[in-house]
Amino acid sequence: MTLVEEPVAAQAPEAEIGKARLRKEDARLITGKTTWTDNMVLPGMLHLAVVRSPVAHAKITNVDLTAAQQAPGVIAVYSGRDFADEQGSIPCAWPVTPDMVNPGHPSVAVEEVNHVGEAVAVIVARSKTAAQDAVELVDIDYDPLPVVLDMEKAVGQDAHLCHDHIDSNESFNFVFDAGEAGTGGNTEQAFADAEVVVSRRFVQQRVIPAFMEPRSVVVQPQGDNYTMWAATQIPHILRVMLAMITGVPEHKLRVIAPDVGGGFGGKLQVTPEEVICMLVARRLGKPVKWTETRSESLMSAHHGRDQIQYIDIASDREGNVKGLRCRILADMGAYLRLVSPGVPVLGAFMFVGIYKFPAYRFDCRGIFTNKVPTDAYRGAGRPEATFAIERIMDELAVELDMDPLELRRKNWIKAEEFPFTTAAGLEYDSGDYEQATQQALELLGYDELRAEQRRRRESNDPVQLGIGFSTFTEMCGLAPSRVLGSLAYGAGGWENASIRMLPTGKVEVVTGSTPHGQGHETAWSQLVADSLGVPFEDVEVLHGDTAISPRGLDTYGSRSLVVGGAAVMKAADKVVAKARRVAAHLLEASEEDLDFSGGSFSVRGTPGTGLSIQEIALATFAAHNFPDGMEPSIDAEATFDPVNFSFPHGTHLCAMEVDTETGMVKIRKYACVDDVGIVVNPLIVEGQVHGGLAQGIAQALYEEAVYDADGNLTTGTFVDYLVPSAADLPHFDTGNTVHAAPGNPIGAKGVGEAGCIASTPAVVNAALDAVRHLGVSDILMPLTPERVWRAIHQGGDGGDRATAGTNAYGGAQTETTAGVSTDASSLGGDR
Amino acid sequence: MIPAAFAYARPTTIDEALQAVASGGEDVKIMAGGQSLIPVMRLRLAAPETVVDLTKVAELRGVRDDGDAIVIGAMTTHSDVISDPLIAQHAPLIAEATETVADRQVRHRGTFGGALAHADPAGDLPAVALALDAEFVIAGLGGRRTVPAAEFFVDYLTTALAEGELLVEIRIPKLPGTWGMHYEKFNRVAQAWSIVAVAALVRTEGGRIAEARIGLTNMGPTPLRASGVEAALVDVEATAESVAAAAEHAAEGTSPSSDLNGQADYREHLAKVLTRRAVTVAAGL
Ligand SMILES: Cc1cc2nc3c(=O)[nH]c(=O)nc-3n(C[C@H](O)[C@H](O)[C@H](O)COP(=O)(O)OP(=O)(O)OC[C@H]3O[C@@H](n4cnc5c(N)ncnc54)[C@H](O)[C@@H]3O)c2cc1C
Repeated sequence: MTLVEEPVAAQAPEAEIGKARLRKEDARLITGKTTWTDNMVLPGMLHLAVVRSPVAHAKITNVDLTAAQQAPGVIAVYSGRDFADEQGSIPCAWPVTPDMVNPGHPSVAVEEVNHVGEAVAVIVARSKTAAQDAVELVDIDYDPLPVVLDMEKAVGQDAHLCHDHIDSNESFNFVFDAGEAGTGGNTEQAFADAEVVVSRRFVQQRVIPAFMEPRSVVVQPQGDNYTMWAATQIPHILRVMLAMITGVPEHKLRVIAPDVGGGFGGKLQVTPEEVICMLVARRLGKPVKWTETRSESLMSAHHGRDQIQYIDIASDREGNVKGLRCRILADMGAYLRLVSPGVPVLGAFMFVGIYKFPAYRFDCRGIFTNKVPTDAYRGAGRPEATFAIERIMDELAVELDMDPLELRRKNWIKAEEFPFTTAAGLEYDSGDYEQATQQALELLGYDELRAEQRRRRESNDPVQLGIGFSTFTEMCGLAPSRVLGSLAYGAGGWENASIRMLPTGKVEVVTGSTPHGQGHETAWSQLVADSLGVPFEDVEVLHGDTAISPRGLDTYGSRSLVVGGAAVMKAADKVVAKARRVAAHLLEASEEDLDFSGGSFSVRGTPGTGLSIQEIALATFAAHNFPDGMEPSIDAEATFDPVNFSFPHGTHLCAMEVDTETGMVKIRKYACVDDVGIVVNPLIVEGQVHGGLAQGIAQALYEEAVYDADGNLTTGTFVDYLVPSAADLPHFDTGNTVHAAPGNPIGAKGVGEAGCIASTPAVVNAALDAVRHLGVSDILMPLTPERVWRAIHQGGDGGDRATAGTNAYGGAQTETTAGVSTDASSLGGDR
Repeated sequence: MIPAAFAYARPTTIDEALQAVASGGEDVKIMAGGQSLIPVMRLRLAAPETVVDLTKVAELRGVRDDGDAIVIGAMTTHSDVISDPLIAQHAPLIAEATETVADRQVRHRGTFGGALAHADPAGDLPAVALALDAEFVIAGLGGRRTVPAAEFFVDYLTTALAEGELLVEIRIPKLPGTWGMHYEKFNRVAQAWSIVAVAALVRTEGGRIAEARIGLTNMGPTPLRASGVEAALVDVEATAESVAAAAEHAAEGTSPSSDLNGQADYREHLAKVLTRRAVTVAAGL
């Protein structure tokens, strides 16, 4: 192409934003032709195996490593004592109150173990097999202590203590009171004056993130430098934290997250094993690798949710809500990890949902128990809040004998009221709840299903039908740095990007937001293709390596597109601005007279002129003919710090069949209409919604981390920790409304967590709607057939499940998979 | 998930296999499809000294017609069972139940004999074999013996197979008369073991139920016959009422476990509902 040729793109090229592009990364991810951390093989690499506590709470009275040290292939064996002086504590970056109690979290237990699966010793061997073989040779004596498992007991009188060096099981008490904050009226007064008050106790069971790729770490020491590869969501944060824990200076430490197979918040962590790998590599001067087994993952990677929620709602008889009061017990588990306390606090601002509460009070106590710590899990605080508000709205509707949708409609924020500041103090940006709801009702075939529900009731059909609502919103785009600061979070919420224009016109985009399955490479390519007018294929997205993308805050909280993508757009604007100057110089025109469209600059009113940005990239590389005083680069970097969150919303409807004879529930139809703002790639959005729905439905119906009375995790394998497959899930009817987010240049609101946040209450509300006329007003999650059956036929909420694991695989549970079995073990005959 | 070290033998005949088992040392494990054995070894719940792998023993594979019975080789895989014409003709119940076992990958390797020898109370095939009055042909160094299903399942994960013995084949007697069959399985997710399941065989004669055989899965440490139900279904009118009344006996004599999937009383209730449903389908109602 010469400079005088007519630009090819006389008509504007097809926009990339909005196109359902297949994902660039999928071929390698699906075929496995990529580097996962566990694929790494380094010369002289040693392998680690972690010995884990088989007991939930005990003093370590004796550690005998001799037999393990002498095992074939074993190089070294360490106990917590060996690391005591250098291992510090796993960091907690979110002290939610000034007086929050943090008991400290050693990577390897030194004097006391506080949950089953806690690391107590580390084997270093020449092969993974040798390391594993030596695990059972480590001999540790435990002096058992009383086990604290039940939060309500843990805060009661004369409770046993989880940590005897602190004087209660409470870590913090975080209160948000709208009256005190000036965002609402006096809550106590609102309740005192209310005509109707409904109070419920809801349980958010403990669940396990259950990412597909197990956690894995490789550390290579080179001189005084260290490179860590880790299956992590947060290489940037991990680097800072590891530097602070281990004393290895930050600039001597490089962290790489290669392709990472999912996280769901479960890899938003600084794990004991990452610290252990650093310490061992430093001590031995050799590369080391640790990869967990699935059973280790289930028992030692952090869990999610786990709240008991006491919710009171006040209204008048017409159904105008007057106040909301939430008292929460949030299970921290045995220790505080990276953002353990912050998870329920994030929820504090979402309990009011989409409703105009004049008064609101949130009071949350973080409680220690002898279980694995909890921390971020898809939605982190917001699913818990959404569940509570969407469940209590249904309960209020029943109390008022009102249609649950009418009640919601009466109280939700109207389209014309945006932006709207809620009683929780958040300013909701945009949306139209009525429109999304109407569309969802049509997708579901609402009237027809309601008619069928009536028929089934009248004929006393053993299979009853119910319809459940969840008209949710969430806060996404974490987060405005100032807001995080006001909540005492230990970092900012900005994101960084840079764009490098290569001589051949190809484009490298560097993002600080580290994907682990979301599709950043595809979506960012679409953004840049449109902004720079270059082909989608010409864009390469680089990420996940602190040496390549030095600045970033990684991926969580539906922030990547909203914050990270916005940084990319800002960087692209800067590239275009620089290129404009070069183009003006080369076209001998003034900058103001240049049009930029379809990737080319042309002089307004002068047909035939045209210079593409890709040509300018070459001209910049050569730098033979450049504007005076301009440095020869059109590359650019940008950092975007949002001023507000974004607020996706949507209406989720679930139609549920309940077999009253067996208690089996089956989703008949699921329809949802989400407003996630501008959609960059509809395929990715739909995929995120589907995956989120699967996880949210799974919390409602299948998943629960169950501990027995001794503190053993009895859902210790995927036989007992039930994760549904496609075969267990219904077809999803999905739709979108679009209200652009005003807070970022893309107009996107975030979609990573929406399905997971919205679906759980819709599913539970649907099941209850099916059997409410049989006297059922609550069923504990997950809605196992047994619980549903008990609730129908025996009253109550279905009650606790028997804790014993099933006998498949000879009864594998933590008491066996931790390497040691107790007398109480119910092992099969295969042993 | 690395098993402890073990010696490995891969015989090609039944005799070689018996020799390998005899000379394998203290703790020998026979491996069929490995779908139950290998996970247990990887979790180190089992650490056998020697594993004798039967996959190359061709004579243990396949289904043949033997006059009044069909004979299923112990190493016939679940997927071969599902597509076998003799089984489809004479014992479709086996194929129907096997289709509910696990997923395609597991069914491709897991075997009929392995599932029966493993005798997991939540496994689907033991109750089916029991309801079909199957006979188990067992080989040892001293020769062969045949054990009826009623005596094969002894206790939790325990069968009549003695140390050093091999399950060779399973004889399924052909059923004279008009039989309907159905396997009613109850579980929470696809590809999972049974919480409770019921195998029902019903012989009908001109609108009446002449006799029925009912096998129960996971209602005790071994598969059970619901003899109370069977007794109530001898020569009765084939009606919803008579079936429902008979099904009320389903939990008699059972001792189900209480675990994450259900407590004993719930399982007892399920047994009744599922029996009613299984018999209803098998009787063509
Ligand atoms: C994910 C998954 C899901 C499953 N779901 C189900 C399900 O829904 N329902 C169900 O019924 N099963 C299920 N199973 C188990 C499956 O059916 C197994 O294949 C079966 O139980 C064992 O068969 P196998 O051939 O793999 O035996 P192996 O695992 O090889 O052996 C099992 C036991 O039997 C012994 N053994 C095997 N063959 C012989 C022989 N010829 N003589 C003597 N002893 C022998 C072995 O020593 C071992 O103790 C599932 C398995 C998996 C992995």
